[in-house]
Amino acid sequence: GNGITRYTNNTNGGPVFVYVKDGKIIRITPIEFDEEDAESWTIRARGKSFTPPRKTTVNQHTLAWKSMIYSKDRLLYPMKRVDFDPNGERNPQNRGISGYERISWDEAYDIVAGEIRRVKQQYGPGAIMNGSGSHHTWGALGYWLSARMRFFNALGWTQIVHNPDSWEGWFWGGMHHWGFSAHNGGGESYNTVEDCLQNAEMVVFWSSDPESTSGVYGAHEGTIRRQWLKELGIPMVHIDPFFNHTAALLGGKWLAPKPATDSAMICAIAYVWISENLYDKDYVEKRTTGFDKWQDYVLGKEDGIPKTPEWQEAETGVPAKDVRALAREWGKKKTYLAAGGIHGFGGACRSATGTDWARGMIYLMAMQGLGKPGVNMGGMQQGTPVDTRFFFPGYSEGGMSGDLFGTGAAVSMYQRLPSAPSVNSVKQIVPRLKIPEAIMDGHCEGYPTDPSTIEGQFFKFAYPAPGYSPVKMYYKYGGSHFGTMCDTNRYVKMYATESLEFVVNQGIWFEGETKFADIILPACTNFERWDISEFANCGGYIQHSFTQVNHRVAVVQHKCIEPLGESKSDFQIFSDLSKRLGLGTVFSEGSNEFDWCKRYFHATDLPYNVSWKNFLKKGYYVVPPLPESRRDPVAFRWYAEDRLKDTPELTPLPGDYSGEYKRGLGTQSGKLEFESSSLKRFDPNDPERPPVMKYNPSWEGPHSELYQKYPLLLLSPHPRFTFHTQSDGKDSTLNDIKDHRVLIDGYYYWIIRVNPDDARARGIKENDLIKAYNDRGAVILAAQLSQRIRPGTVHSYESSANYDPIGKPGKSPDRGGCINQLTSSRMMIKKSHSGAYNSCLVQIEKWNGEGEEL
Amino acid sequence: MKKWHLIIDVEKCEDCNNCFLACKDEHVGNDWPGYTLAQPLHGQRWMNIERRERGQYPLIDAAYRPTPCMQCSNPPCVKAGKGSISQRPDGIVQIDPVKAKGLKEVVKACPYNAIYWNEELQVPQKCTFCAHLLDEGWKQPRCVQACPTGALRAEQVEESLLNDLIESQQLEVLHPEWGTHPAVYYKNLYRFNKCFLAGSVARMHNGAEDCVQGARVKLFRDSQQLCETETDAFGDFKIDRLEENSGKYRLEIEFEGSSKRIEDIEFQASLNLGVINL
Ligand SMILES: Nc1nc2c(c(=O)[nH]1)N[C@H]1C(S)=C(S)[C@@H](COP(=O)(O)OP(=O)(O)OC[C@H]3O[C@@H](n4cnc5c(=O)[nH]c(N)nc54)[C@H](O)[C@@H]3O)O[C@H]1N2
Ligand SMILES: Nc1nc2c(c(=O)[nH]1)N[C@H]1C(S)=C(S)[C@@H](COP(=O)(O)OP(=O)(O)OC[C@H]3O[C@@H](n4cnc5c(=O)[nH]c(N)nc54)[C@H](O)[C@@H]3O)O[C@H]1N2
Ligand code: SF4
Ligand code: SF4
Ligand code: SF4
Ligand SMILES: [Ca+2]
Ligand SMILES: [Ca+2]
Ligand SMILES: [Mo+4]
Repeated sequence: GNGITRYTNNTNGGPVFVYVKDGKIIRITPIEFDEEDAESWTIRARGKSFTPPRKTTVNQHTLAWKSMIYSKDRLLYPMKRVDFDPNGERNPQNRGISGYERISWDEAYDIVAGEIRRVKQQYGPGAIMNGSGSHHTWGALGYWLSARMRFFNALGWTQIVHNPDSWEGWFWGGMHHWGFSAHNGGGESYNTVEDCLQNAEMVVFWSSDPESTSGVYGAHEGTIRRQWLKELGIPMVHIDPFFNHTAALLGGKWLAPKPATDSAMICAIAYVWISENLYDKDYVEKRTTGFDKWQDYVLGKEDGIPKTPEWQEAETGVPAKDVRALAREWGKKKTYLAAGGIHGFGGACRSATGTDWARGMIYLMAMQGLGKPGVNMGGMQQGTPVDTRFFFPGYSEGGMSGDLFGTGAAVSMYQRLPSAPSVNSVKQIVPRLKIPEAIMDGHCEGYPTDPSTIEGQFFKFAYPAPGYSPVKMYYKYGGSHFGTMCDTNRYVKMYATESLEFVVNQGIWFEGETKFADIILPACTNFERWDISEFANCGGYIQHSFTQVNHRVAVVQHKCIEPLGESKSDFQIFSDLSKRLGLGTVFSEGSNEFDWCKRYFHATDLPYNVSWKNFLKKGYYVVPPLPESRRDPVAFRWYAEDRLKDTPELTPLPGDYSGEYKRGLGTQSGKLEFESSSLKRFDPNDPERPPVMKYNPSWEGPHSELYQKYPLLLLSPHPRFTFHTQSDGKDSTLNDIKDHRVLIDGYYYWIIRVNPDDARARGIKENDLIKAYNDRGAVILAAQLSQRIRPGTVHSYESSANYDPIGKPGKSPDRGGCINQLTSSRMMIKKSHSGAYNSCLVQIEKWNGEGEEL
Repeated sequence: MKKWHLIIDVEKCEDCNNCFLACKDEHVGNDWPGYTLAQPLHGQRWMNIERRERGQYPLIDAAYRPTPCMQCSNPPCVKAGKGSISQRPDGIVQIDPVKAKGLKEVVKACPYNAIYWNEELQVPQKCTFCAHLLDEGWKQPRCVQACPTGALRAEQVEESLLNDLIESQQLEVLHPEWGTHPAVYYKNLYRFNKCFLAGSVARMHNGAEDCVQGARVKLFRDSQQLCETETDAFGDFKIDRLEENSGKYRLEIEFEGSSKRIEDIEFQASLNLGVINL
């Protein structure tokens, strides 16, 4: 009514209703279900019934979308750097310094298509490099794994390959002890919400703040479930150097280890269990291997040091008595362990000791009987009783990419979404954390993020690949890396490299890194184009990730408004460029975005339940849950009871079972391995990753020489209010959140949280501007004094979208807030491609207002 | 006539700011004629979230208090508004953007600092309780709809029913002494405006320091015992809802025959006594 149309769309933080009037979005709200929509499930536990509310929840960043769509930082027309001339002086040294002028789409396409042709002809395959963020505006077709893959496969490209950023320690460590390579080292989580409510007697949140991270894409769906835990009076423990928001909401005991020292605490817990007989001996004997070696290490038989609670106190700073009390409670009570916001995550897995922490998490659960009633992993974030059988592919399945190797298309899509397969003919790849080395030094090495089998990660590769051209052109998609990669002054400096002849950036906003391109192509948001998707379904490596939500919701992402200014959808830009390059139908197969939505709809199970017309009209469909009697089996129950795997997933691959198909885990023994057989095969003498986990102090921490100069440990977890860089800056409403940025003298500064003791010692008061620095860089931040951070540690979220150097780019303090200018680019272990963000030493001082050269 | 009330549970608020952002989504860039002009993109906090941390590392808690216009039933702003501010029969206090143009002084009339000055449009502005939506049939304002924890509840109730709620849920208002009679009620406000006394009880046991579970902890003022509690598995105790600056206290801790007294505890704000060895 009132000339208002209510559309639907979807975001990283939940599906939404979008109210549009006169071609303008007026509001964006969560979806409230009606009587037509499927019923909700009910869990019965301890005499109570629990049913989720009849609506979807949303995240903070979702509610800021309107302000991001109409942001003054939107790119509204193509632009060219003023001193860039493709036929004359290119002035790469001025990237990030000189300004832009508006050009027409025709001009922009001419330059970009011309450069694509030129570098291919002049240098040969491999000269074009492209990469993306790990994330994107929501939608299975628009996603970077979809249209973008198909376009670049058509060109042949040097792909920037991602480190397993979210998983790190689980991928490079945990996987070797329990398999789950297809989960990047995280485990399975089926139906654990019900089991936890019914059977658990305690929940330990370890490096886990789902109230901030929502698992991933889970909106606030898990919040009510954790409130049920509280209602049932189930005690909770939070192990985190920061008194995080899950702890603040739910209460419970807070243990605050120094960052990246957790593996010492793990050893001490095991020590108490072993010496006080508080572990599941029967399970350890029957369901695990290599326990003796672990026991010898823990008791000190191997190195003469018993790993007592007193021993760990010197490392973690957590009193011995508290660790002993925790171990005893845990040993006596059926306990759920939430390691990270969801399985396979957690800031502790992104530190110098990340592999050991993840390994240790698995060890502790192996000692307590993982899979027995009430003994499992999770913090109510995954494992709701939704219907996992209903097929709707997530974004990792590759959308319209048809890409057989870089996405899940070959596994999940090809028989459902008929389309021409697409394959990249260029075999050269560049590790994302080493893009600067590839460009500036001309060479680098990496290890692959290959989830198909445990051994996939052992295949070391090098850039340049034999016979390929070095990179001459960087087709950048989005502009996040200054805020999200490590030691990011490297990324800034890289842009001035002479041999990098051309940089084009296709983005939605003028972000910190966007300003370093020669040509800028303006893309539109998902509210300005057609797409289709499901709530919290990313598919692939987080199989059945939609078990984070209370109701599975499939969504038509209506094109709610026309693209702003001259911006176009990424699909359209790729399509237009393809046409100019004579690759039009190779890219689009003659279908436009709307056609592709319809094709995608028919690739799902939706047509069995709802017609395309009705789906299109209503905008969403709620997948009914299975009846209570047919709910999925609980994760790992089959394993604890030594039955064939009965949870609804097909991994590991048949060849990765040493014995009978579906019997046991993906390890060589099929069991939980305290001593990893894959690491023994690969490199038994690697001191950084021995086959049995040991406590190795962080290479950047209290034991380092650097500690004298930089005595504060910097923690940089995922930003609570934004989704990485995507919703920060951009003049969005999020900037006004008191706990996100602080307005001081007309400038929105990023926040650093400092314990009052550390602040006092440096004469720092609330809202003082401070400089946080080390040998890698300096960032100007607003100080927030808080007892929530343990003394000696400072806390500042990663993922500023702004980069605002006070002087020369890459060589002066940044007041935009890119905290990752300070983090180390050292791999957590040498034989990996990994970020150890949470092992970082800094000093802070009041800022004197100057921008001296670094 | 039933009146609108907002009931805010401080214990359930996790500072997610969904309420704050939903409010901005609704009001930034949108004029709602007859109700309010658009809220500016930056600067105003119709739903203002205040933060309070209590205690000292590592025995602390953190609470957040969302603070919108109180929709007072005895509103000082109406008196100061020279006819431009009025109260609807359903209790919602409204600023008429046309009549209130230029009336900067009403900003000061609100003791809760809930009115903001729009410099560009020269009007005072505040939370409207989303009256434009309620009048269209919406069941709740935007902030309530977006709140994931149930910390916010909008209720349209008769005065008598409200009194039951106030009693059964121990609801409080901010600054009752001002006599403004807010329609915004708070539950568990102690998390914000009262203090706690906490500590961790330990003892040597078999040659090592251990947490003491089940120690009896009694709090006295003068000779009067105020309360008694027990330590948990980590030896921690927490006595809450104490007044700031309320004088000298004495603590007695007993466990298996041994006992300890701590005299003359004086505190201005919440206090973590640290580890107390028996
Ligand atoms: N210090 C520290 N750093 C970390 C981490 C940490 O824990 N600590 N965590 C790491 C982890 S787990 C991750 S996943 C990474 C994430 O790091 P990134 O993946 O680099 O961050 P995003 O912000 O997700 O990047 C998305 C980019 O894509 C652009 N974009 C989004 N949608 C579209 C679209 O539709 N079209 C176009 N053209 N562009 C679009 C955005 O504008 C943005 O520039 O950060 C890592 N960095
Ligand atoms: N709002 C929001 N949600 C997000 C994202 C976002 O950017 N914004 N990103 C999404 C993505 S891509 C991912 S991968 C997930 C990440 O999800 P997680 O990896 O679970 O999140 P983090 O914030 O990195 O870490 C969780 C907690 O670990 C703590 N921590 C850090 N280092 C240590 C340590 O050494 N020891 C211990 N014990 N604790 C430590 C941090 O203080 C933090 O409270 O979040 C997803 N959800
Ligand atoms: S939405 Fe609810 S939980 Fe979030 S800040 Fe507001 S009142 Fe608190
Ligand atoms: S809180 Fe302030 S603005 Fe709101 S009704 Fe009371 S006096 Fe008026
Ligand atoms: S009731 Fe409406 S106007 Fe008032 S704070 Fe909530 S959303 Fe804003
Ligand atoms: Ca146990
Ligand atoms: Ca294998
Ligand atoms: Mo991630």
